[in-house]
Amino acid sequence: MRLEPKPAPALVVALLYPIAAIVLTLAFTSLLVLAAGASPFSVFYLVWRGAAGSQFALLETLTRATPLIFTGLAVAVAFRAKLWNIGAEAQLYIGGVVTVVLGTGLLPLPSFLLIPIIMIAAMAAGALLLLGPAVLKTRFGVDEVVTTLLLNFIVLLFVSMLLEGPLKDPMGLGWPQSSKVIAEAQLARIIHGKRLHYGFAMAIVSAFIVWIVMKKTVLGYEMRAVGHNPQAAAYAGIPVNRVLMKTALLSGGLAALAGFCEVSGLKGNLTLDLSPGYGYSGIVVAMLAMLNPIGVVASAIFVAGIFVGADAMSRSAGVPSYIADVMVATALLTMVVAILFTRFRLRWK
Amino acid sequence: MIALLGENGAGKTTLMNILFGHYVADEGAVEAFGKRLPPGDPRAALDTGIGMVHQHFTLADNMTVLENIALGTQGMWSWKLDRVGARERIEKMSFEFGLAVDPEASVGSLSVGERQRVEILKALYRDARILILDEPTAVLTPAETEALFATLKLLVAQGLSIIFISHKLNEVMAVSNRVLVLRSGRLAGERVTADTNRGELAALMVGQEVEPAPVPPSEPGPLQLVLNAISTQKRGSGVSLDRISLSLLGGEITGLAGVSGNGQAALAALIAGVEVPTSGEIIVRGTTARDWSPRAALAAGIARIPEDRHAVGTIGDMSVTENVIAERYRTPRFSSRGFLDWKASRAFAEEIIADYDVKCPSPEARIRLLSGGNMQKLILGRALDPQPSVILANQPTRGLDVGAVGYVHRKLLEARGRGAAILLISEDLEEILALSDRIIVISKGQLSPPSARGQRSVAQLGQLMAGHGMETA
Repeated sequence: MRLEPKPAPALVVALLYPIAAIVLTLAFTSLLVLAAGASPFSVFYLVWRGAAGSQFALLETLTRATPLIFTGLAVAVAFRAKLWNIGAEAQLYIGGVVTVVLGTGLLPLPSFLLIPIIMIAAMAAGALLLLGPAVLKTRFGVDEVVTTLLLNFIVLLFVSMLLEGPLKDPMGLGWPQSSKVIAEAQLARIIHGKRLHYGFAMAIVSAFIVWIVMKKTVLGYEMRAVGHNPQAAAYAGIPVNRVLMKTALLSGGLAALAGFCEVSGLKGNLTLDLSPGYGYSGIVVAMLAMLNPIGVVASAIFVAGIFVGADAMSRSAGVPSYIADVMVATALLTMVVAILFTRFRLRWK
Repeated sequence: MIALLGENGAGKTTLMNILFGHYVADEGAVEAFGKRLPPGDPRAALDTGIGMVHQHFTLADNMTVLENIALGTQGMWSWKLDRVGARERIEKMSFEFGLAVDPEASVGSLSVGERQRVEILKALYRDARILILDEPTAVLTPAETEALFATLKLLVAQGLSIIFISHKLNEVMAVSNRVLVLRSGRLAGERVTADTNRGELAALMVGQEVEPAPVPPSEPGPLQLVLNAISTQKRGSGVSLDRISLSLLGGEITGLAGVSGNGQAALAALIAGVEVPTSGEIIVRGTTARDWSPRAALAAGIARIPEDRHAVGTIGDMSVTENVIAERYRTPRFSSRGFLDWKASRAFAEEIIADYDVKCPSPEARIRLLSGGNMQKLILGRALDPQPSVILANQPTRGLDVGAVGYVHRKLLEARGRGAAILLISEDLEEILALSDRIIVISKGQLSPPSARGQRSVAQLGQLMAGHGMETA
């Protein structure tokens, strides 16, 4: 059994691969659902209803998808250039830290000034956080998988320190949480009275901008070239290290926006559970989307839907909501295999 | 001893890989000693007594000769390596066949010739009765080649069968008993060596009398590129340059001959801008270059045809269009204000596809899917389109079929006619002799003084390639 390269499939055919991956995922998880003593069809129906069966459910899914779109974009951008940014979680938290530092009254400015300033500052912080590992990689060959992964823990502990110290909410009854951001620093709700905020719109716009960057600009071209073959890229005169730096800045900035949106649009303050692993799920989101920025939006909504839907399902069907993790993980595996088959065909000897 | 003769890309290596079980044949079967071999199973081939010495050695550099040879011969669960027994056998074999090598030496410290001996011992250690040698002389000096031939004759006298793969006529005539000639994947003819001659074999190899590209007399122009006392950093086991000087004149092809691994890679990397000199000057048309880089080299009008078109010359998973603009995407022709002009890029790709007769499905096709010859034509088009004044052609015809080779040669001669200075680096001495107006020999990171066309005989060049007389030449 071996793999042979084949020409890229047509777009319509290429879309069949993720669909096949999802079908396979459902088939695999059915077995687990059966093992848990429930009917797969009713469980999948309940997941579906919990994720998209009502206006409330749909809005909840989109709200949950917002940070995933940002971290998914961050990962997609970095992985395109083969910069293995596993640290979107850390960059997200740094974005959250900057948001509460600037947004809790330090800058008494109107919304239309304050929000852009916080956004830019958060992006800069996230960008700088990833620049460190990128410099270590290009200068000394330090593996960025290790550095970015470990930074996640460092930053989380750093945030914990801040929440017990300088950023601790004096009115918080001793809980490790920051003060709420002021009203001028909050993102408005898209529908009055619902949780979905304008961060979601920003995420969609960001995905579109990233798509343009990757597809139409010199930088996107350089990033793809560096990712596919750094040696040939360098030979052709593409400044590989500089491209990796720019990639790091873009990726870190995008991930930090996830933290900004969660604090400013949803939670209002910074806590240690700001992200239930959005940074890591971003890797899944990006891979499911085959690193395509527009695809990231779809796969983020898909992954968010499974999490939201599984929560609702577990309340009514009694199957643990951990099934969501299994589904997402299985989807990732089947998708990686599907991606392989878009580029290679299997040949039995 | 059978010689398998054929041009680059005729299918010699493919055929042997099928025989050895690396590749699976679409049709047909392999029989050895009356037994049918299962396809795609090197283990079965080894067990039957077929051994192969690959063109690129398959040795573990960090292990000793003994360990390399014994690797895989003892059971996976055996308690420990039977060093003493293995050592005795190796020493006995190396004595019998004149394959002198120290079993305890680390392979990383061996010369190319010694490594080849280890590879041959490895095959013999496994009781090979048919030994396949894939282009064994490509990496050897003339003297080492002679030694190898002596060993091979000894082995044949002991009853071994040897398949000797080569595209060099003189070697085939010197050692083989029988010759099979391959041409583009077909058997073009079979001859008894004693009853044939070089001319007949050459004709079989290329199909018809191919006219070598006519080489009109050169008209030397102004000095284009000067390297003045350049040294480069030593990297790993590669050979670095040591205070070499080189001048390239416009309108001339300078051929760089040498056994591979004598500093060609470092010199090519230097001129391409990939390598930065540790001392010395690079002078392009009278101006000393500072901040040497691939971009600086391109800006100075140096076109580069890299040795490895898959790993270095192209980005396999990107399209033809994306590949042809790789060296110039920042120019106003292809981008403005950070945005690429895909329309212009595509037009450029189509232009090169038409002008250089590239066979490819579309400019959007991934370049990985193209054949070696078509890939090389694209690289040639990309390099020559901006009318470069200096051309670095590193093994420009390696692995190409006869037609593509002639095409590359014609294009290089055309560029010479325009007044470009060309440095042709090739391991194929016949190519160097055919095209070069001046020949320089590289050996151990040193350059010989240039000689004009026909000034040095092949034997003299061979001496220089072996490192003899570099100082006095």
